[in-house]
Amino acid sequence: MGELAIELKGIDKSFGLVHANRDINLQVRKGTIHGIIGENGAGKSTLMSILYGFYQADSGEILVDGRPVQIRDPNAAIAAGIGMVHQHFMLVENFTVLENVMLGAEESRILNAGIAKARAELKRLEKEYALEVNPDAVIEELPVGLQQRVEILKALYRKADILILDEPTGVLTPAEADHLFRILEQLKAQGKTIILITHKLREIMAITDEVSVMRRGEMVATRETDKTSVEELAELMVGRRVLLRVQKGEAQPGDVKLSVSNLTVRDSRGVTMVDNVSFDLRAGEIVGIAGVAGNGQSELLEAIAGIRRAVSGSVALNGEAIDVTGHADPAELRRRGLAHVPEDRHHVGLVLKFEESENAILGYHDDPKYRRGLLLDIDAIRADAEEKIEKYDIRPPNTRLKTANFSGGNQQKIVLAREMERDPDVLIIGQPTRGVDVGAIEFIHKRIIEMRDQGKAVLLVSVELDEIRALSDRILVMFAGRIVGERGPDATEGELGLLMAGVEGRKEAAE
Amino acid sequence: MDFLQLFLELAQSTIRLSTPLILAALAGLFTERAGVFDIGLEGKMLGGAFAAGTVAFIAQSAMAGLLAAVVVSILLSLVHGYASITQRGNQIVSGVAINFIVAGSTVILGEAWFRQGGRTPALAEAARFQEIDLPFAEALRGVPLIGPIYADLISGHAALTYFAFLMVPVTWWILYRTRFGLRLRAVGENPGAVDTAGISVVWMRYRGVICCGILCGVAGAYLSLAANAGWTKGMTAGKGYIALAALIFAKWRPVPVMFACLLFGFLDAFAIRYQGTPLPLVGKVPVQLMQALPYILTVILLAGFIGKAIPPKAGGVPYVKER
Amino acid sequence: MSVPYAKLPGWVEYGLIPLVNLIVAFMVAGLVVLVVGESPLEAAYHMVNGAFGRGEYIGFTLYYATTFIFTGLAVAVAFHAGLFNIGGEGQAYVAGIGVALACLWLDRIMPWYVVFPVAILGAALFGAAWAFLPGWFQAKRGSHIVITTIMFNFIAASLMNYMLNRVMKPLGSMSLETRTFDTGGQLPKLDWLMKIFGLSVGTSPFNVTFLLALAAAFGVWVLIWRTRLGYEMRTMGHSPAAARYAGIKEARIIVITMMISGALAGMMALNPIMGETYRMQLDFVQGAGFVGIAVALMGRSHPAGIIPAAILFGVLYQGGAEISFEMPSISRDMIVIIQGLVILFAGALEHMFRPAITAAVLAFSGRERTEAAVKGA
Repeated sequence: MGELAIELKGIDKSFGLVHANRDINLQVRKGTIHGIIGENGAGKSTLMSILYGFYQADSGEILVDGRPVQIRDPNAAIAAGIGMVHQHFMLVENFTVLENVMLGAEESRILNAGIAKARAELKRLEKEYALEVNPDAVIEELPVGLQQRVEILKALYRKADILILDEPTGVLTPAEADHLFRILEQLKAQGKTIILITHKLREIMAITDEVSVMRRGEMVATRETDKTSVEELAELMVGRRVLLRVQKGEAQPGDVKLSVSNLTVRDSRGVTMVDNVSFDLRAGEIVGIAGVAGNGQSELLEAIAGIRRAVSGSVALNGEAIDVTGHADPAELRRRGLAHVPEDRHHVGLVLKFEESENAILGYHDDPKYRRGLLLDIDAIRADAEEKIEKYDIRPPNTRLKTANFSGGNQQKIVLAREMERDPDVLIIGQPTRGVDVGAIEFIHKRIIEMRDQGKAVLLVSVELDEIRALSDRILVMFAGRIVGERGPDATEGELGLLMAGVEGRKEAAE
Repeated sequence: MDFLQLFLELAQSTIRLSTPLILAALAGLFTERAGVFDIGLEGKMLGGAFAAGTVAFIAQSAMAGLLAAVVVSILLSLVHGYASITQRGNQIVSGVAINFIVAGSTVILGEAWFRQGGRTPALAEAARFQEIDLPFAEALRGVPLIGPIYADLISGHAALTYFAFLMVPVTWWILYRTRFGLRLRAVGENPGAVDTAGISVVWMRYRGVICCGILCGVAGAYLSLAANAGWTKGMTAGKGYIALAALIFAKWRPVPVMFACLLFGFLDAFAIRYQGTPLPLVGKVPVQLMQALPYILTVILLAGFIGKAIPPKAGGVPYVKER
Repeated sequence: MSVPYAKLPGWVEYGLIPLVNLIVAFMVAGLVVLVVGESPLEAAYHMVNGAFGRGEYIGFTLYYATTFIFTGLAVAVAFHAGLFNIGGEGQAYVAGIGVALACLWLDRIMPWYVVFPVAILGAALFGAAWAFLPGWFQAKRGSHIVITTIMFNFIAASLMNYMLNRVMKPLGSMSLETRTFDTGGQLPKLDWLMKIFGLSVGTSPFNVTFLLALAAAFGVWVLIWRTRLGYEMRTMGHSPAAARYAGIKEARIIVITMMISGALAGMMALNPIMGETYRMQLDFVQGAGFVGIAVALMGRSHPAGIIPAAILFGVLYQGGAEISFEMPSISRDMIVIIQGLVILFAGALEHMFRPAITAAVLAFSGRERTEAAVKGA
């Protein structure tokens, strides 16, 4: 059955040295919900941006309804009947729903002529697809779920037959997500074609007819959803990587060094990102937090490190409370023995315009050993940096080189050296090997194990399941802001994958 | 009836002093609502005033002067647009630069062309905008209360003054009732939304900047062709910044812009009229305090002590497609 | 996309690109000279001659440069913390009160070397105080520092007008200025320094404030690159997120940075008040605060760049006076144009010539790197 709504042939796109899409072929049948799944950075969003005319492919062909089309800008995409619901909503927040829907499709120079028509059309769409929303409500006063509905209405108003949704449930509560899925079913029943981009396996299984898997810029497989399984998709997504086996002995857990209880954190939009999380971290063990990106791990790390205020709950470091809901001071936490390797080294962990040696003291610049009288002791700072360069084999070994000119792996080593060499009691690490070359990964993993063997308490957050499994002595799985399960280091990938997808976790939590 | 007379005098000069402020502040409104901040209103106004004075003298025509003012002011705003939209440069730096370039070059060119010590030659009646008497102004003067108000306050201003006040509802209408206005406001709040709707962000912003140029030009022409008989060195005297303050004070909305400008114009008129005269209750208020009041009020407003002035969200930020 | 510009060697980044920007600014200024009907080359000759032709001229050039070093440093310090202080003009103006008070108080009883440190302190304190509120409003109330400092410039103008009208003017005097200071309020000229080079200061007001300016430049270098505070300021200027991560207190840094910036701008007041006129006059700042913006942009916010940039503007001011004497149709307002053009080309349009220069530089330095750069851009 089925004509094709969309066909992509040999789409290729590079940004500088990053090859975001390699020779992508994709067929989407009319009137179906087609999932595209892959990890962060697999190239899904780039591919959809090409389809929507936001970027131009370097080569390749796009066919809509069997006809080749040139999509040079979003106008062309709209004309071809393609609509897109962006991950970050493209709404004007202080406009009304009606104004947002009309923007770019106003009919005439004077608004009044179009308004009545737009209102009527909106009413019709609301009825047809059960998409109720008050046309005169101002966007910023609407809950996120309704804002997304406006995005969908915008696409439908422009007579889109093909609807692309980019990570639509990222900002939704489970109830809102379920509602969205009902809407999508409804749209499909009306003959619309839907492309759903997500990294959540549960969603793919719940709603799609077909699913294509992307990995590192390539389209690796397409399956009928009925005939595949979460396990198979998880494996396709992650791929058979060279298994990183790190030699390590048994953990010798000691005293509790970091104790988190009932921690709740909301993001700037008020969405609960960490939901009542509790756990203990002991000296001499590595606790890994597994989870698909965006399930609250980042916010958890930031709250513990004192750079994001928590709503409620408490954290104790070495038995003494940290003021996580008030004015926790990252500088003071460092003095109390907490080291933090942040997830985003480019914007948070490093100042890219600084010399290497300047970054080697970031956060520790208050230390008297870097001071001579009132001034910074540049010689001491550079000598210190040189020592770390030597010990961590940072290349090129030049303390005066701008940090931006180091490779990703070496930048990460600069951060790790800074945080690890301070002899902290607790080390919290986010994405230790993101964007790091294979050689450096092994080195970094060894260092983390060494820290554990020296009796440090290590909290590790990574979206790389392999990494979590290779390093952790205990694995906590986070889903939707909650810890949904704890496993030992011998847990299988499939088992963890299901927890990460929120499938098993619900049951476990209920039990 | 002494009090009425006093009131009329004050009100009349308030209107005269507010006119260039209203034009310049509305000019700023168009560009800032489009997301391009502009502290170069002062320079554009001055450039416009100079062009108007020069061309009106040469052509002996006020309309030619007005046209020249608008053209020069648009060119200046295109420089600002090129720096801040196309080159994605710092909008503040660009605005500062334009103010200096105009302040210097008007004097140099004026001196080179006319040699009158920092002024263009005094304009004859025909080359200026004359005060217009509205119909029946004289006839109605005798009617108590309404008569003098109509004859002395509403009637008897230059055409550009009526234009300025007319532009307030017109701007409101453009902003809230036309497609252009909808898109203009959107591009200053969330250019991403405009881009994904298939509208060119760059072109929208340039259009906002051009509108700013037009109105600044008119404001400049008012100064040299209506309020005065020619251009003089530095004649804007900070009016561009007062207009900017009024724009912020009015929270980037057209009708409040008019009231803010009237308030600031009134303070100015009051300071001139009552220089050194003791006032009831407060005693002698230093004229300098009156002059500084618009700025002080704006600072207090910006600090959030009276309401909160929230600028267009994407203002000051060059648009770059995110990856 | 992610790498907008190819990496360039330091001499291109800090030498060639600013130089090209400067040359373009001067070429446009030359066009204005042409329009006026004069020869740009002749103007350039008069300018150089007027700035360097005699010891006295050099004295004037360096006198102006002294002022611009202070205001340039003031803008630069704020830039390092990611703040744009347009309020140097007002801060310098208000700082005049500090200088004048010190002089009026001590000039008859103390020698200049006692009065000078007190006046420096007064200038710094009043300048810092005038910058404190905009900084505090930005740090605590979120108001935009650019707008607030502009407003404070105008408020300063009114305040000073009032002060000179009502408070600091001698009784019975008509002109808006303080009384003339006695010897204690007059700074010595640097004739000994000029003599080393076999020159004479003549009537030029080249005075010890110049040495203070050099010391301030060195002090700013130490502050920015050799102290914890400077380190924290730069961290915040480059990346507010990294500053938060490092435990740096944003509000504190904003307020302190603005006060240092204001103090530097304020010290400018010493030069004209104690070094030239020996009294505080209305409008003594004469736009020097704004020149500081051009100086800081041209000097790339580094003292080693700011000093030559300030001297360049000193040349413009002094040489400009000479041009206007020799070529009456080019008044000193020419400087204001050049100042604006420098701000435009070295500031707002600083990247305009970068792609072309990058391509040219890389074409000279090897094929394969060129390809990488083109891909990156």
